[in-house]
This record gives sequence, C-alpha cells and structure tokens, in this order.
Amino acid sequence: MGFLRDRYNEYGKGMQVTLATFAQTVKPKKYGGGAATVQYPHEKESPPVRARGVIALREDNCTACMLCARSCPDWCIYIEGHKELAPPRRAGGAPRKVNKLDRFDIDYALCMYCGICVEVCPFDALFWSPEYEYSEPRIADLLHDKTKLGEWMETVPEAPELEAGAEKKKK
Amino acid sequence: MIAVDLPYWAQSLLRVLGGTVAVLLPAGTIVYLFLFKMMSFMQSRLGPMEAGPYGSMQLFAEVGKWLQKEDIQPENADKRIFKIAPLIVLVSTFLLVAVVPFGPDAYFTDFEAGIFYALAVSSVSVLGILIAGWSSANKYSLLGGLRAAGQLIAYELPMVLAVIGVVIQAGTMNLNQIVEQQNAGSMFGWDGLGNPYILTQFVGFLVFMIAVQAELTQAPFDMPIAESELVSGYMTEYSGFRFLIFFIAEFATVGVFSLIASVLFLGGWGIPFSWFGWESNNDVDDWMNIVGPLIMITKMLGLSFLIMWVRFSYPRLREDQLQRFAWKVLIPVSLINIMFTAILKVAF
Amino acid sequence: MTDLIDRQKLSYIAAQAADARLNVELETEGMTLNIGPQHPATHGTLRIIVRLDGEQVVWADPSAGYMHRGYEKLTEVRTFPQVTTLINRIDWLGSFANEVPFILAAEQLMEIEAPPRAQWIRTILFELSRIANVSLFLGDLGVQLGAITPVFFAFRDREYVLNLIEGATGGRFHPNFDRIGGLKEDLPKGWIDETRQVMKKLRNFCDEIENLLFGNKIFQDRTRGIGVIPPAVAQQYGLSGANLRASGVDWDLRRDQSLPLAYDKVDFKVWTHPDGDSFARCWVRLQETREATKIVDQLLDGIPSGPVMAKVPRIIKVPEGEAFVSTENPLGEMGYYVVSQGDLGPFRVKIRTASFNNISIVPWVLRGVYVPDVITILASLYFILGDIDK
Repeated sequence: MGFLRDRYNEYGKGMQVTLATFAQTVKPKKYGGGAATVQYPHEKESPPVRARGVIALREDNCTACMLCARSCPDWCIYIEGHKELAPPRRAGGAPRKVNKLDRFDIDYALCMYCGICVEVCPFDALFWSPEYEYSEPRIADLLHDKTKLGEWMETVPEAPELEAGAEKKKK
Repeated sequence: MIAVDLPYWAQSLLRVLGGTVAVLLPAGTIVYLFLFKMMSFMQSRLGPMEAGPYGSMQLFAEVGKWLQKEDIQPENADKRIFKIAPLIVLVSTFLLVAVVPFGPDAYFTDFEAGIFYALAVSSVSVLGILIAGWSSANKYSLLGGLRAAGQLIAYELPMVLAVIGVVIQAGTMNLNQIVEQQNAGSMFGWDGLGNPYILTQFVGFLVFMIAVQAELTQAPFDMPIAESELVSGYMTEYSGFRFLIFFIAEFATVGVFSLIASVLFLGGWGIPFSWFGWESNNDVDDWMNIVGPLIMITKMLGLSFLIMWVRFSYPRLREDQLQRFAWKVLIPVSLINIMFTAILKVAF
Repeated sequence: MTDLIDRQKLSYIAAQAADARLNVELETEGMTLNIGPQHPATHGTLRIIVRLDGEQVVWADPSAGYMHRGYEKLTEVRTFPQVTTLINRIDWLGSFANEVPFILAAEQLMEIEAPPRAQWIRTILFELSRIANVSLFLGDLGVQLGAITPVFFAFRDREYVLNLIEGATGGRFHPNFDRIGGLKEDLPKGWIDETRQVMKKLRNFCDEIENLLFGNKIFQDRTRGIGVIPPAVAQQYGLSGANLRASGVDWDLRRDQSLPLAYDKVDFKVWTHPDGDSFARCWVRLQETREATKIVDQLLDGIPSGPVMAKVPRIIKVPEGEAFVSTENPLGEMGYYVVSQGDLGPFRVKIRTASFNNISIVPWVLRGVYVPDVITILASLYFILGDIDK
C-alpha cells in the first residue's frame, strides 16, 4: 500500500486540486460556489473608497496657484488663469482680486496616478475618485478639461473611517 | 447491412461527409467542452461566455478570426514544404478515423488488419511535424520538430506493445471484431457486462493512455510545443489558416485516439450483447447504428476528459526524462504485460 | 575594472572552448540561440544568448538593458516626494517594498524616525507586497514548467492581497504611500479583519500550490539537482534573498539588521535549504510566503496606536550627507545609496537591486544544462526586468 500512497502523493494530489476547483466553480452561486472572476461589463466590482481612479476638480476652490502643476512628477497638469476684480464683500469696500481658472487640463495618458497633486493642493480643489471607466480609443482623447474633471466630483466618496487606534484628525 | 442500395458515388460522398463529421465533430466538442470550459473551471474562471449561450459559438468566432489572419511565411522558409506540412498532419487524422467502427454497420471501411493500419497511419503525422519544424527556418521550430520526432517515435513502441495484449486476447486485429469479442464475452461465466478489456488489460490500458498522451503532445509530454521554452515549437511560424489546421488536427487526434482507445479497451460502440440476447455482430439490431455512435461519443468524451485533466494538472517533463520513461518503464512493463497475456491466453 | 576585463576574457575563452569542443568531438558547429528579448520565458525583455550543442548549453550570456528607464538619472531631477512615485516602478510586483529603503535612507539623513504605528503598518505592507510578489512567482513557476493551472490560482489569490493594498493605500500596483516621516494616511476601518481573512486564504493557496506543483513527481524531477549553486559561488556573485538562502546561507536582512521596522517585534523563522538547486529556491520562496502570512498576523495583533506621521516640514529639504539603507525585498537585498546636498531632491541615488545581481550568475549556472532547464533555472532565480534594468 505504501507504493500506492506514494504514487498518490506524487501524481494524484495535483489532479485532486484541479478537480476540487472544477467542482467549486461548477457549484451554483447560492451554495457558495462560482468562479473567482467577475463577468466585467455585466457585473462590476466596486473599488475601495481610497482607490486612485481619476482626479476630480472642484473648480470653485481652485485659485490657479500652480502648486499641483509644479509638483507633478511628469508635468501632466496644464493650468491657465487670470486675475479678476470681484465686487467687494461688504458695501463700500474695495473690490477683491480673485484668481479665475481658464484652463485646467490633466493628460491622463501621462498621469502616473501618484496623487502628489491631490496632496499638495492647499485649497481642497483636487480629489481622488474611484471611477475607472474612462478609457478612450485615441490616446489624445485622454486629455480631459475642467468641465470633465468637474463632472467626476459627483463620484468622489466620503473619506473612510479610520481603523481603531488611529489618531483623530485635528480639525 | 443498411437496407438501401446507394450508387457508388453516393456511398463515397456519404463516406467523405461522414469522415469529415467524425473528425470535426469530436474536435469541436473537445475544444469547447474541455479546452474552453473544463480548463476554465479548473482554474476558477468561466471561460468564454459572450459568443452564443455559455460561449458555445466561441469556436466559430475563433475559426473566423484565424481565417481572416494574414498567412505569413518566413522569408527563408522552404515555402512548398512549409505549406503542405499542416495538411500532412491533418491527413493522418482523417486516415485514422477511417477504421474506427461506430456501429455494427456504421463504419467507413472494415479492415481485417484494422488496428495495424491505425497504428501505421498515426505515424504519418510525425512526418508533417518534422518537416514543419525543418522548413520554418527557425531555430525554435527546428528544436521543436526534432523533439517531436524523437518523442513520437519513442512512444509509438509502447503503444504498439500495449495494443498487442489486446490483439492476443481478442485473437483478431479487426476493430469491429474486437468490439464484438468484448461485448459478447463473459467474465468467469458471468456475461452481465461482457468482457471489456480494460479489466483484463488494465496495465495495457494505462500504457496505451500514457503513450497516447505523448503521441498527442499534451502535457506532461508537450515538449515539442513547450510554449515557455520553444515559443510554440514547430508551430511557431504558422499563422492564420495553417495554424488553424494544426489546431484542428491536434484536437481531432485527441478525439480519434480516444475513439480507438474506447474500441480497444471499453467495448467500443457496443453494449453487452447478453442484455438483448445477441450472439454476435450479425444478430445486432439495426438501431445500434444510431445508438452506437452516441455510445462511442460518450466514451470518447470520458477518455478525452482524462487526457485533458492530466494536461491541465501536470508540469512538463524534460526530453531526456521522457525518453528514459518510454524505454525504461513503459516498454518493459508492456512486454511483461504481453507475456502474461500470452500465458493466460494459453492457460484458459 | 580588472575584474570586468577578466570576466569578459573568461567568457570569451569559454566561448572559444565551447566551439573547440564541438569541433573536435562531433565535428559539428554549435547553434547560437537567442532566448529573448521577446520570449515567453523571460517575462520582460531579457535577452540570453546561448550556444547550444544539440540541446545542451555550452555557453550563455545574459544581455540586459532593453528596458532601461534611467531611474538613477531621473531621481537627480525630481524632488524627494516625487522620487517615491518613480521608484515604485522598479520591482513592479512588490512596489511598496521599493519605497521603504529609500524613505528610510532619507529619514536617516534628516535624523527623524517614523512613529511606531507607522513603522508597524510599513512592515505589514512590506510583507503584503512580498506575498503579492512571491505568490505570483509560485504560479509563474508552473507556467515555465508547462503546468498552466497554478498561475491562475496565483492570480486569483494575489488579487485579494492587491485589494488589501489598494484598500489601504489607494494604488494596487504603485502605492506611493510612504512619506518621509511616516505614512500618508492611517488604515481604513475594517482593514485589519479583512487582512486576517486574506492571510488564511493565502495559506490555503500555499497548500494548493504545494499539492499541485511541489509534491508532483514531474516537478521534482525537473527541478531537483538542476542549476545547483554552491554557497561560496552564490556569495561571490552577490546573490541575495531566497536565492542565497536556498544555497544554505542563513542570511536575512529582516533579522540581521536593526532598522526602524517592526521585524524585531515578531517571531519568525528564516528558511534555508541546503541543496542550492532550483527546487530549493522554489521551496524556500514557498515557505517564505507562508512565513510572511504569519508575520502579518502577528503584526496585526500588536499594532500600537498613535499618529502615523512624524513632524516634518511641509517642504522637505534633506540635509547634506550620504546614507545607504538596504532591506530584504521580495527579490533579495535592495538598497539605496542616497547622496544629498541639501536640496529639494537628491544629488545622486545609486540603486542596488536584487535581480541585477541574481541574474549575473546566469553564465555560470547555465553552462552544461539543457534548454528546458535554462527555463527552469531562470524561473527559479526569479528576476523582474524592471529590477534588472532600472
């Protein structure tokens, strides 16, 4: 019997693993079976909240300070802006100078998704969104402007709660 | 005999059509059931799902894709030989299926030396593979072709020796009579199951299936193709339609060898004759010509499942280990098997 | 320099001798075979020129550089936070592990230390990237040997680990999570429980691979006694990581070095194997994956609470000086020699990657083996092209 057991260990176990996986995949979903894969266009997995899918822009907060464009490792952010005079806050006050954003483009063909721009932004104008379905047939079409980036603001989730033991954020 | 008289040309046409179906149908079934679906399930995924219900039309999509592709020939290739090599491989499959009996009267030809012929023509494919490897003008192809030649010749021998056991026991080389012997036979006077040779010739069956695995160049014996070493072996330079022919030939041969193995060891198209009180092939009712092929296909699928299951589970042997295995294990074992079969045949 | 010339001379002599041997014994010419740069077994663009006698290799020479991306030069024109995102891409399978030694070197120069919670989380993510990296190796090994199923298991179970890394850092492959002085953020809620579940799955995966591949007689025939590297040779060629440990050298930077990481707080075994053949290298990696899941479990139990970021200036300027820090990465020893002149970015960074040294033994170890074994040995040495070419 030792001979047979050795042969089983050498040749049988592997076939047993594949057969077990076969049975597991064939088993209906309601009994805990099914494949490990997801049939993508029909069913979608939701990425984690923190997933770095796409950068969204809140245009009102942006002052065209260029910090993000300068800190980007591959210079894929293009910003143009001008200064405008806005009506004073209080009646009788001097008119305020406001930075207006003319152009805010991110070239996603170049972007490395490092998130440095989101981090350095001092005015909370840039956010990560887990949205990922924005592929284009032409590489030039991956250059998205501020209206498109603004539309992605809707998909930005709330920041998740932190794990036990984490330091509370001072606000 | 089927009670219709057909003119000679109609019979020939019927045979050609039947042969084509008998080659392509198993190939398609095996590719879909095992290569697409079973492999996927064993790897915890679903396989093709989009083309047709459960991806059942995927094969047609693949064929369409291959037919559209450019037929690339390497500049230095020996063009004429390069072109006919896949056909030679495919032809050997068609020649093989010619002797397989699917029912008492449903066969293409009734050779007296059927199994002898089958083993002989199965070697034709080696020629195709060898010249494919040589004419591609590619070092990987050449290595693959040479490996294939070495391997197929080495494994021809244990296969023949394994079949000899069956031939001794049946006393005939005619495949239809081997089927008859198994179904009309009895084990120690009990004829409820007939006498399928897998029971008496189990060692022979094992040797035969291992040799078939090697003959089909399926893992663990797939060194001639060895995609991680030789890119694709002798098929490296083939594209489009010619690759498709290689592909069809590969899986059609799986089907045909499974058919032959089921004829030799599992009782072929037959059901134990004692269930219906038949004595020999001549008594068998005509409806067996319809049911027989179905039984054959079932058995073929069972054996192909084994072949594919092993293929998806095992890593690949090395060329010298493969040769050593053939010459030092399989051939001695099958020789001993022949000896015992002969002794028992004489004794009982 | 003399070493280099000697080596070139030696390889030239070896090639001449190979030809001579072929001519004398068989009166045939050898066949020169290019394995790569495009070849299924080199997973990337490594080119190995081998001269064959039949199927036997008489001379082999790896030729790297087809994927050179110039990271060392790039770092000179980037700031310190930007460098982190670049070096993610060196060993792309264990990318978090690439960040750690660089950040540690920068921290050493700035004389700050990350808070303990940050150190623990760093260590957890470090081990997770090791698991992600080596589990793919275990699957890929099957493909190189002709078994197609293990790689799908590897992809299936590595996915769980990548989801964990993504859940914590936001990036599946390129986390860019390490900052000088700590980490970008704390862990999200529920992450620790999820990690425990995944570690169980990964241990199950290791068992599956062991049954499917390592126990198989064919696998053992293919790998045992193939490509034996004695300990002395391994050390001479500067091998590191599992390749060195498989030769019986008990050397692990996680244990032997005291860095501000949490390895001294956990209890783990450094696996070695006396054989030094392909099987030993694969086996050591399998055991290391198991060990890494245990390390993660232990670390999860004892995460201290507190902040994850030390006090650092908003604009980071690293003071003048030099530092070298290396860690035990999934592929072996990875080190960064950082020279700073007090600027926003480093003045010069020398990257010591494991694969580059691991692959340098190829001419030695491939001599006299068969073509199928070339693939086995390359697979068992386990290199990543990004790690070779940088």
